[in-house]
Amino acid sequence: MHPVVRTVLQRLGLGLVTLIVISIIIFSSIEFLPGDFGEAVLGQAALPETVQAFRTELGLDLPMHERYFNWLGGVLTGDLGNSFSGRGSSGGMDRSRAVADLIAPRLANTLFLASMAAIIAVPLSLFLGITAALYRNSIYDRVVNAMTLTTISFPEFFVAYLLILFLSSFTKIFPSLANISSDATFWERVYLSALPALTLTLVIVAHMMRMTRAAIINLMASPYIEMARLKGASKAQVILEHALPNAWAPIVNVIAFNLAYLVVGVVVVEVVFVYPGVGQLMIDAVTTRDVPVVQGCAMIFAATYILLNLFADIISIVTNPRLLHPR
Amino acid sequence: MSVDHKGQIGDVLLEMRGIVIDGYSDDRWHEIIKGVDVVLKRGEIMGVIGESGAGKSTLGLAAMGFAQPGCKINGGSIIFDGIDLMKASEDEKCKLRGSRIAYVAQSASASFNPAHRLIDQTIESAVRHGIMPENEAKADARKLYRDLQLPDPDSIGERYPHQVSGGQLQRVMTAMAMSPRPDLIIFDEPTTALDVTTQVEVLAAMREIVENYNTAAIYITHDLAVVAQMADVIKVLRYGETVEDADTRKMLTNPEKEYTQSLWSVRSIVKEEEVSQDIVLKVDRVDASYTGSVKVLDDVTIEVPRGHTVAVVGESGSGKSTAARAITGLLPPSKGQILFNGEPLPPALKDRSIEQLQKIQMIYQMADTAMNPRHTVRDIIGRPLEFYLGLRGKERDQRLLELLNMIELDDSFIDRLPAELSGGQKQRICIARALAANPDLIICDEVTSALDQIVQKGILQLLLRLQEEFGLTYIFITHDIATVKAISDQIVVMLEGRVVEQGMKSEILAPPYPDYTKLLLSSVPEMDPDWLTGLLKERAKEQPPV
Repeated sequence: MHPVVRTVLQRLGLGLVTLIVISIIIFSSIEFLPGDFGEAVLGQAALPETVQAFRTELGLDLPMHERYFNWLGGVLTGDLGNSFSGRGSSGGMDRSRAVADLIAPRLANTLFLASMAAIIAVPLSLFLGITAALYRNSIYDRVVNAMTLTTISFPEFFVAYLLILFLSSFTKIFPSLANISSDATFWERVYLSALPALTLTLVIVAHMMRMTRAAIINLMASPYIEMARLKGASKAQVILEHALPNAWAPIVNVIAFNLAYLVVGVVVVEVVFVYPGVGQLMIDAVTTRDVPVVQGCAMIFAATYILLNLFADIISIVTNPRLLHPR
Repeated sequence: MSVDHKGQIGDVLLEMRGIVIDGYSDDRWHEIIKGVDVVLKRGEIMGVIGESGAGKSTLGLAAMGFAQPGCKINGGSIIFDGIDLMKASEDEKCKLRGSRIAYVAQSASASFNPAHRLIDQTIESAVRHGIMPENEAKADARKLYRDLQLPDPDSIGERYPHQVSGGQLQRVMTAMAMSPRPDLIIFDEPTTALDVTTQVEVLAAMREIVENYNTAAIYITHDLAVVAQMADVIKVLRYGETVEDADTRKMLTNPEKEYTQSLWSVRSIVKEEEVSQDIVLKVDRVDASYTGSVKVLDDVTIEVPRGHTVAVVGESGSGKSTAARAITGLLPPSKGQILFNGEPLPPALKDRSIEQLQKIQMIYQMADTAMNPRHTVRDIIGRPLEFYLGLRGKERDQRLLELLNMIELDDSFIDRLPAELSGGQKQRICIARALAANPDLIICDEVTSALDQIVQKGILQLLLRLQEEFGLTYIFITHDIATVKAISDQIVVMLEGRVVEQGMKSEILAPPYPDYTKLLLSSVPEMDPDWLTGLLKERAKEQPPV
């Protein structure tokens, strides 16, 4: 079997196991939180009988492992279950929504914002990293390094507020709220998401740019780089044609890591800009102990990491002839 | 450039005068090259020879107007075919490099970019400098591959560097240098990393192609016998200064300087072989393998007489080092056993007692990597003294000084770190570490291969003296026949994991030889400029080309 195919299959298999382990961890950690959905929704004034009846209706009175396996059985047949919220108490009308329906629009928003940030950040950091390596130790290199370090050193909400201050309050270029509605057009979305996307870009550029620069500079001492120079290649040719092709593996790994962060780690930015993403949905679900929603979000987050890492591994193999063409 | 630059043979092509190059180390600038002159005519091959650190490579690169990072060319003039490289801009120099001056590096495997196919790298400079269009350059590259007798010349270029052997890579690199048809090629130790049998082929291929295209060359090496086959004139370099300049034949027959003679000094050690029946170690029909399927050792039997030296010779991949790993228990044999003083040793290292471990010590090729860079000499040699002999405090330090004395280093070395030692001194410390355990048997794995001739001689003489004084037994693994001649009593010749021949030095090194031993011995370059020509003729007679 070709090594690429083998790696993909191996990782996908391992990924499934990881997902199950994560679902167990999330499920049981919510179990350890005090209170449950019944108490959270009905409030402290509720009669114990009411709470009990509500629990029975939601199946919360069953033992933990039974509930877990019910949920797992549903997931394996493609059903993420229904959210707890929207349920009336016994006899009332059931206005609960399927977890999938609840997550889907939020996920679309999150992926939109993540792609937008990635489309700006990845090319930008590659460009900065490569040019910084090319003009190593020059003023340019130092300025780029210092600036990216500065933006990564601020907490993301602070960067967000600075951007709001300058680009929204003072100059009114972009709106400070990104509460996009479901019927917004594509360009409206782009316009509304500009500040959150810019914030995320500033936060992740440093990491990727520094890795690109370091990976290239690390190779610059190799004998084959000296050889390329002795073959009359200019500095730019040396870096683009000889160093970069060998530097992809570490760079792509860092990129994948940052893209995953764009999907799963941006809740603070979502809150600042009131952006309706998955992160906020999950936090809300945790506060109300809405287990099916929490589980659904956790699965998506975990799958994001697994797929992006798989992607990085595939790139590492494809760009390394030693792995792609074994002797 | 439309001007025909192929001038007349005999014209001066490269003239370097009073070259001074500084290198930065230990926080200050040192002079590496101190005013050296080089005058090279078109089509002429100049050999540059000297120990490592003599400044050979630096000088070779300077001929391209190039200084490695941490070096700078500080003085003198470099005129290449009328172009003043000292005044030329970086752009102008880029245009010369890879088009009119090409470079062949020592380690082909490190000097090829692992990410690109061989043929793309071969034609890179010819295409970049607009000398040939890509398809023409590719056709030409395949022709060069054929000229250099590479297997599969039409398709080998499609492979990646990791898919071909070191000897093949070295030839591809020669093709890479030839591709733009340069006027001058700098060969920087191009065969040093190769086995002797491969070296002969590569040397022959390089010499032929350089002669055919009438290319001038600077051939840098530390091996005088090799340079004798290639060069018209030889320059001996030491500490960045010219020791001697002469015609090759004159240099070999009648060197003026004592230093030049010392460059083949290992060849001057003579050891009388001794017969002995007292066997200290017997490797008894041992098989070993790393993967379980491919045998790296196949039915190997070696007897090592006490107080004597058994040299194990063969090319890389012949199983020499694996035999050492089997003896020390690092790689438990899959079949057979190892008898030490008549008693079978447990196959695996972890099952052996401290006494058994103590009696067999090892010295490695790379003294650099065999020592912890953060340990001082005191820690390095002190460790076996504590571990095996239980010496502590004053007693230990006393013994430490004795050991330093034995390896001919003074007390001042005791608190130095490996980085503060020269290559030869590092290897001496490794010898002292092995001695500290009071072993019966020391396995020396290519211990002199990374060292210069003069330093090699010192180490070999030290080992011989220690053997005489303490009755040590050595297993000496090497691919260098000159070393074997210098130190061994018995010789074991290995090929592809098997013992091809085994016996006293005088028997092995005298005819009649089995085929492989003959190939191995005949491939060792001799101090005779006609040696390679003669050898090739002889081999051609024996194996008429198909």
